[in-house]
Amino acid sequence: MKIREIVPLLEAEVLCCEEDLDVEVCNACGSDMMSDVLAFVKDQTALLTGLVNPQVVRTAMMVDMRCIIFVRGKCPTPEMIALAEEGHIVLLATKLRMYEACGRLYVSHLAGGD
Amino acid sequence: MGDELRFHFNIDGDNFTSAGEASVEVKKKLRQLGFPPDVIRRVSIAMYEGEINMVIHARGGDADVLVYPDRIVIILEDHGPGIEDIDLAMQEGYSTAPDSVRALGFGAGMGLPNMKRYTEEMHVESTLGVGTKITMVVNVQ
Ligand SMILES: Nc1ncnc2c1ncn2[C@@H]1O[C@H](COP(=O)(O)OP(=O)(O)O)[C@@H](O)[C@H]1O
Ligand SMILES: [Mg+2]
Repeated sequence: MKIREIVPLLEAEVLCCEEDLDVEVCNACGSDMMSDVLAFVKDQTALLTGLVNPQVVRTAMMVDMRCIIFVRGKCPTPEMIALAEEGHIVLLATKLRMYEACGRLYVSHLAGGD
Repeated sequence: MGDELRFHFNIDGDNFTSAGEASVEVKKKLRQLGFPPDVIRRVSIAMYEGEINMVIHARGGDADVLVYPDRIVIILEDHGPGIEDIDLAMQEGYSTAPDSVRALGFGAGMGLPNMKRYTEEMHVESTLGVGTKITMVVNVQ
């Protein structure tokens, strides 16, 4: 699925890196614990989280993710947006809660990975 | 010896926001040097967890990365409180981090196990009241 297709599915707003919206993501994970992301992520390329601090973006960078989706209407800071731009990571924001956002992606065949 | 590339970083212990900057920098450098993505990823994750630990547990410290053609060595040294029981600290889920750290997405007790998981070698030397030195080696291929 292209990141572009996630936007309407989650009624999301694109916060940066619009030029990368055609990047393909084949699976995703949802977590507020960054160490869990670092421990268990294999090739997931999108992260859903309700956590807002620069370490979310750095964690995504470390595991080569291409897209972060902030749930529950959380909004990243300008510093986080600058970091994401540097790392070519698309930031999206949705008002949906974690469960609903993950569910919509899952039924649209965005896998969880293993 | 003598043919390695060396990178040194001072890790600011007062600033959780900037924690991880050194790891991002190392990731960039290793990419420029053309190392395989899997090697870069393992080095970045291990160093990043170590960097976060130095900031949340040890008031900062120093990081050195030695790049050889066949391996990458990461040395993290701090003058924090030290680790009382290293075997216990290495267990998944063991953490002394306060809830304020957990609210930031860390403190799940997965850092040291992650560092071990992603590296070929990991040595932890620690003395209470003196500090901690962690040496990790990631082999190329
Ligand atoms: N550099 C360090 N200095 C002092 N104590 C440390 C250091 N790194 C780790 N520790 C101790 O080891 C424990 C486990 O570390 P870790 O596995 O990274 O989990 P976490 O950081 O989530 O608590 C920490 O809670 C802390 O008590
Ligand atoms: Mg840790």
